[in-house]
Amino acid sequence: MTEKRKAVALISGGLDSLLAARVMMDQGVHVEGINFYTGFCVEGHTHAIRKKDRARPKRNNALWVAEQLGIKLHMIDIIEEYKDVVINPKHGYGANLNPCLDCKIFMVNKARAWIDANGFDCIITGEVIGQRPMSQRRDTMPVVARESGADDRLVRPLCAKNLPATRPEQEGWLDRDRLHAFSGRSRKPQMALAAHYGFEDYAQPAGGCCFLTDKQYSVKLADLWATRGKREYELDDIMLLKVGRHLRPRPNYKLIVGREEGENRFMEGYRKRFVHLLPTSHSGPLVLLDGEPDDSDIELAARLTARFSQGRDAEYVTVEVTGVDGASRALAVKPYPAGQVPADWYL
Amino acid sequence: MKSVDARRLLCPLPVIRTQDAVADLHPGDSLRVLCTDPGVIHDIPAWCRVHGHEVCDIDEQEDTITITIRVGSH
Repeated sequence: MTEKRKAVALISGGLDSLLAARVMMDQGVHVEGINFYTGFCVEGHTHAIRKKDRARPKRNNALWVAEQLGIKLHMIDIIEEYKDVVINPKHGYGANLNPCLDCKIFMVNKARAWIDANGFDCIITGEVIGQRPMSQRRDTMPVVARESGADDRLVRPLCAKNLPATRPEQEGWLDRDRLHAFSGRSRKPQMALAAHYGFEDYAQPAGGCCFLTDKQYSVKLADLWATRGKREYELDDIMLLKVGRHLRPRPNYKLIVGREEGENRFMEGYRKRFVHLLPTSHSGPLVLLDGEPDDSDIELAARLTARFSQGRDAEYVTVEVTGVDGASRALAVKPYPAGQVPADWYL
Repeated sequence: MKSVDARRLLCPLPVIRTQDAVADLHPGDSLRVLCTDPGVIHDIPAWCRVHGHEVCDIDEQEDTITITIRVGSH
């Protein structure tokens, strides 16, 4: 009896990787999943922050996919290693600060190292030719296979018939005729295949799983790099870019203004690292001040804090200002007029 | 009992810390995970189900959630 062939599937939590893994399982291949956490993933933490999102089902889609398939899922923290992908992408960025091609090469390379270490035969992705403008094109998909080192051990079951035969096909243990020839941006073939397998409840289209594809997020990250004078970040930096309104009234500092209770609670964990402001005469947001402020900056920051409080129409609002040394003082300030906050202060 | 402090980490990091800790344990061992992200109430049991581990207890006290796991056969 021959040993069962083994494949690891890159599981994002979306429909395509679910289907790709399922197609392989149909041919008797043992499949396990692998999921990489970069710090920019929309999955996971975002629903924990905002109160309005707390009512939504708290489901990790990659784990949910693994459960649907009945496979193991190995979740890998790549936060530190991924920085070089974001900061120095060899193949450049997409429409925003999304280094999609370098990202795919990096992840497939990590998966290749994983299969080598664990005695698996090949890697599966849910890629479809023409579906993504950067990483899933006819000319870039071979680049992913080559530069990741996966070469002919990278199987894309959803569009395999449009690509050269992979090693499993050449070796005869994967039937090319039972793979697919999807191409383009239409989701209909995937939806039909999902219906064929009886998958009804799945996460909606791929691509929305990374904050780096988001224009506003990328603007805030670019601002972070520009004002610090270096293209670096820590996990806390990129987490804070996901919460609050970000305003830069002066080049030497910006304000992060909590928009609601969930964000305020999340930001409380960062109070000791930032000068922070909180209205005390009226209810209002926690505001973190990121930068090197002087006294006039503090006054302006307090007026802006008052503007976002319930006292925005009051003559004066008392704002408590606390330094990183823990020392607090109270300032009575006139709220900044709502209509006069310059639009270009908002990041 | 081995313990993992995943407080202030947001999902999926508490799950990943749990996974890494379980890798060093043996079937039948127990692990206690301290968390603050309410997402763990769903995610850690889901991870346990796909890997064959048992969630023995989920205890919510104010802002801290303590999940106790018994390791299954890897």
